[in-house]
Amino acid sequence: MSNLQAPRAGAKEPSGLRYPTNGKTIYHRPLNRAKAAELSGASFAYLFSEMVSYASKKIESIQDLEKRLNVQGHPIGLKLLDLLLYREPARSQTRPLNIITLLHFIKNNVWQHLFGQAADGLEKSSDPSKPDEYMIIDNEPLVNRYISVPRDMSQLNCAAYVAGIIEGVCDGSAFPARVTAHSVGKQEEGEMWPGRTVFLVKFAPEVMERENFLGKG
Amino acid sequence: MKVFGEIRHEQVKIGGESGKAYSSLRSTDLFSAAAIMGILALIVINKAGGLIYNRTFGDGLNQLGTNDYLVLAGTFHGVHAITTRLSPIKPQQQVGADGIPGRPDPPSGLEVLETENFWLQCFNTLTGTKFLLFTDTLQTNVDIAMRKVYDLYADYVTKNPFYQLENPIRCDTFDRKLNSYIRETNNAR
Repeated sequence: MSNLQAPRAGAKEPSGLRYPTNGKTIYHRPLNRAKAAELSGASFAYLFSEMVSYASKKIESIQDLEKRLNVQGHPIGLKLLDLLLYREPARSQTRPLNIITLLHFIKNNVWQHLFGQAADGLEKSSDPSKPDEYMIIDNEPLVNRYISVPRDMSQLNCAAYVAGIIEGVCDGSAFPARVTAHSVGKQEEGEMWPGRTVFLVKFAPEVMERENFLGKG
Repeated sequence: MKVFGEIRHEQVKIGGESGKAYSSLRSTDLFSAAAIMGILALIVINKAGGLIYNRTFGDGLNQLGTNDYLVLAGTFHGVHAITTRLSPIKPQQQVGADGIPGRPDPPSGLEVLETENFWLQCFNTLTGTKFLLFTDTLQTNVDIAMRKVYDLYADYVTKNPFYQLENPIRCDTFDRKLNSYIRETNNAR
């Protein structure tokens, strides 16, 4: 047992997955590193598959599972906001100050960074009683590419993870919001986008209040 | 290993009937006869010999009962296991460049079964899952089609968090991609 305890003498850094042998952790890398750093899609697919399986353990409802995926994505959004703004040219390094700039930032910059392309649409709710709802549309979310949801969980959309990332970005820019993912694609044969997903962004009342106040001034 | 010879539709029922339908159609309706050419059916058998997927492509094909498909899968699994041990040639001891004797490749077992009316190609993955592709006897590039089917399986079945290994495959995206691929290859002929 003795050899299991206490790190080896002479080892400067603790070893483990977080500490590579060459001592260079993710924190040693420059933040402005090459923009086109792509990762393996297959590795991500397997990783995300395990994340979904992990989140599905001991759940009581589909909402429970979506909530857990959302929580997994949230911290990524918070950090991504800072990272992406830092990488912007110095002149445009400002945080989004109103809803439209924020949503455009998400649709273009965040999507481009995560998925290599901008989102397919950005819409405002046409229902006049819901001025606080906006929709970001993705025709084929990368996270859902290989996922087939079983019939008995038909209202589940695993892009709830991406919704969590969006929520993190909104929260980080002081626009608290609730973001949910909804499947709107038809499952019929020959449908162009069977996996079409709408991310419904519902901003908190105080955000709408501030937006109205600023808009008048 | 290849099994050629006098296997008629009396022995292996699947496809035998469809072949009859095909030849009777050919005289009356050329168009619908063309529709049932090419890749006819796919069966996937798990490593324990259980049927986990079966699908026929195109109209007018002969269908077996659910039970018969299960029996077919189990029987094929057994026959395949026997054919891996049939080779009369002793396995050659391979010696690597460093002088250490290597392990010979495991025997592949039955790969192709040819009959008057259809061609059956079997692909056994490293983990023991078997893919059986039924085509008509004139189909070319069955290897490429098999490879593509395996690719689709690797993508849309094994990367799906809701699929449990060795269980029946119920994945909508897999069905969709498979159908569009098969339709594409069958129409290209």
